[in-house]
Amino acid sequence: MLAYIGYGALWLAFVLSLYAIGAAVYGALNNRFEWVESARRAAVLTWPMLLLTAGSIIALLVTNQFQVEYVASVTSRAMPMYLKITALWGGQAGSLVFWSLLMTTFGSAVMLRSWERDREFLPWVIVVTMVTLAFFIGLNLFVENPFARLWATMDGQVIKAVFQPQGAMPFTPRDGNGLNPLLRHPGMIAHPPMLYAGFVAFVIPYAFAMAALITNRTDARWIRLTRRWSLAAWLFLSLGLILGMRWSYDVLGWGGYWGWDPVEVSALLPWLTGTAFLHSVMIQEKEGLLKHWNMVLIILTYALVIFGTFLTRSGVLSSVHAFAQSAIGPLFFAFIGITFALSLFLLMRRWQDLKSDLRIESLLSREALFTFNNMIFVGVTLVAFWGVIFPILSELVTGQKVTVGPPFYEKATGPLFGLLLLLMGIAPLSAWGYASAKRLGKLLLVPAAFAVVTVAALLVAGIRSLWALVGFGLVAFVGYIVAEEFVRGVRARMRRGESLPVAAYRLIVRNRRRYGGYIVHLGVILMALGIIGTHFFASETQATIPEGGKITLGRYAMTYDALQQFFAPDGRHVARAIVTVYKDGQPVAEVHPRRDFYLDSQQPMTIPGVRSTWLDDFYVILVDWQPISVEGATFKVYHQPLVGWIWIGGLVFIVGTLVAVWPEPDPEERTTARKKPARTRRGRPLPRSARA
Amino acid sequence: MSGRTRFIIGGVLIAAAVVYLIASATKANAQYFLTVNELLARQDELAGKNVRISGAVLGDTIQYDPQKLELHFTVAHVPGDNKEVEREGGLAKVLHDAVNDPNRAHLDVVYYGPRPDMLKDEAQAIMTGHLGEDGVFYADELLLKCPSHYEDAVPEQAESGN
Repeated sequence: MLAYIGYGALWLAFVLSLYAIGAAVYGALNNRFEWVESARRAAVLTWPMLLLTAGSIIALLVTNQFQVEYVASVTSRAMPMYLKITALWGGQAGSLVFWSLLMTTFGSAVMLRSWERDREFLPWVIVVTMVTLAFFIGLNLFVENPFARLWATMDGQVIKAVFQPQGAMPFTPRDGNGLNPLLRHPGMIAHPPMLYAGFVAFVIPYAFAMAALITNRTDARWIRLTRRWSLAAWLFLSLGLILGMRWSYDVLGWGGYWGWDPVEVSALLPWLTGTAFLHSVMIQEKEGLLKHWNMVLIILTYALVIFGTFLTRSGVLSSVHAFAQSAIGPLFFAFIGITFALSLFLLMRRWQDLKSDLRIESLLSREALFTFNNMIFVGVTLVAFWGVIFPILSELVTGQKVTVGPPFYEKATGPLFGLLLLLMGIAPLSAWGYASAKRLGKLLLVPAAFAVVTVAALLVAGIRSLWALVGFGLVAFVGYIVAEEFVRGVRARMRRGESLPVAAYRLIVRNRRRYGGYIVHLGVILMALGIIGTHFFASETQATIPEGGKITLGRYAMTYDALQQFFAPDGRHVARAIVTVYKDGQPVAEVHPRRDFYLDSQQPMTIPGVRSTWLDDFYVILVDWQPISVEGATFKVYHQPLVGWIWIGGLVFIVGTLVAVWPEPDPEERTTARKKPARTRRGRPLPRSARA
Repeated sequence: MSGRTRFIIGGVLIAAAVVYLIASATKANAQYFLTVNELLARQDELAGKNVRISGAVLGDTIQYDPQKLELHFTVAHVPGDNKEVEREGGLAKVLHDAVNDPNRAHLDVVYYGPRPDMLKDEAQAIMTGHLGEDGVFYADELLLKCPSHYEDAVPEQAESGN
């Protein structure tokens, strides 16, 4: 019954979205705004429909309706309630519904805003969001139906179908397969929704960009309208990536946090182009430059969002075999191909209209450095994309499948990330329009000296790895500049009589966008510290020791004190070791590396015991044990210097983004209110679009 | 030289650097992704070279020595062509057939490290390493996939042993 309600609501949502597309196009082409209005209402109505769809799936999940194939595949009786709810995005069919729900939520939120000033955008924003929505609902309706039930046929086979096939009997498994144990972790529960929210939110700026192209409104209005959407999308994506890293570190038991596997890379791709976009739109807003480029970036981001959803959800991964496993693959590629081609066509049609009468005239101007930053971000995107599709390409060209692994990504992206870090330091100090090397050099002198001193100190401390020194030098250089930026701002305010905390608070709150950005940069620097530390200085060892035995790694040591085994109420058998961690001979912590065996899915899971400080992590994995024999247990131990800074930096990064995205009292009104005389650059008047 | 020219040169340099990095890193790190049959057919040519192999794990052959963290197991050939896999009834069935067909080509594998959680009968193993002179495959990296249980994307490192 419940399944049919959800199924019906999904159909209704599909029909509504198709109607909205038709009505919006008709209304726009014939200047019949009542049709556009009707389309808007239909688009908003898809939201309650999908809410009903998702709600009925959750109801099925929590009440153990195993006759529904999706429920049987992702839950089991032993799973706690919260996991049953989050199983909505634990499998392919459900996660596509979740994607659609987010799409209609964001879409409806946009539809409900006041459109008076931007009425010409409305029909095309409806079309883009609803086409995207209809595509995803269509996947659910025709290929991956979450409401398909299990039926036993006459010849003893179990098949899935929504309605009862001829001669088949309903079939209800006694218990479900259960969610993959690896996914039963708080980080992994929050990770997919964050990633999806980020993916979906990027559809909104894309929709406005397309609307701007279609209506030929080529000023920065579409960018200003969607600035907060882009930032929110970026925030969610960043959160999703960081949570994924943390999950990987906490659960996967390999001592690392980023493995360049295709799933991670596919989430990183739209983040990279999105980051480039966030930077380059500033140039268009300020200087009226890079209009084509911004269009290209948002089109790429949209394509990569769909590509990323496909990769994370279709089981393609790097496996040679899985590519054709699911019927949605060709559909995704067709959708990406068609939308990409259409977007490029629209862009070409407006190419002349987007031309700016200004050009970048100086190598060291801020817009030039921003452009370089953009090129490098797109360069990293290319590297990562190349790594993902290389096996497919090579097979097409040579008939031989050739793959590239993590070393490829590290080698190719490492120098580019280094360059980005450098630009992150220099760009905020350079001037708009025209910047002289002399002036910039003067500003960079002290930070550079600070970096040199840092590197010298590290040399004295015994660090000899060239690239690590380069990395730390860069971190010191950029860190100094960012810190100076804050100090200078706070001092200026304090000179006006504000106290230190008030000055710091007002500095950030009055310039959210700018100082939010600097806080994000600070987060990046801190994360870089952690990445350099773990990349160049991690060490590991392994040994089998009896109870009371000891393993030494650098200044650390651990002893194996005891082993405990028990059944946990959520269907696990747990074996955990009691381990004491010593530093310089002194006991500093007790950790409990363990092995959980999930009875429903017959799968073990290795959870590390970690002792974390701001300086380093001591990370212990219980590899194996012999309960009775004298051999004891086998441990693998990792020493991860500075890894904690990745999480601290991640937090700072998120806080910075929040500062930048936090609503300000109507920024649009404010800028028009204190309209300044148009600035000129080297004597030329600015184009209208740059002034707004 | 005008600022404009210098700006363009800067852009071209960055583009060139990206192309160079992609090309050189690909050249240095590309590995053939082969089936067991393909590897054995080109044994002489590929011995000692870094390659990636996919095969079906034979559950009975798994041996683990926790003292040395030495893992031994044998994989059976599974076809590498997607269409072929589809025709034979999907990955789960292909793996099942591979394990139960005594006429399939087999490959012995050695791996040093913790025993991966997902290593079990009829799992798909994707191994990076080289074929030794002794005909044994020495894996440096081991990824596992169990299609029968999970339809969905667990990031691959989730299934890796190191």
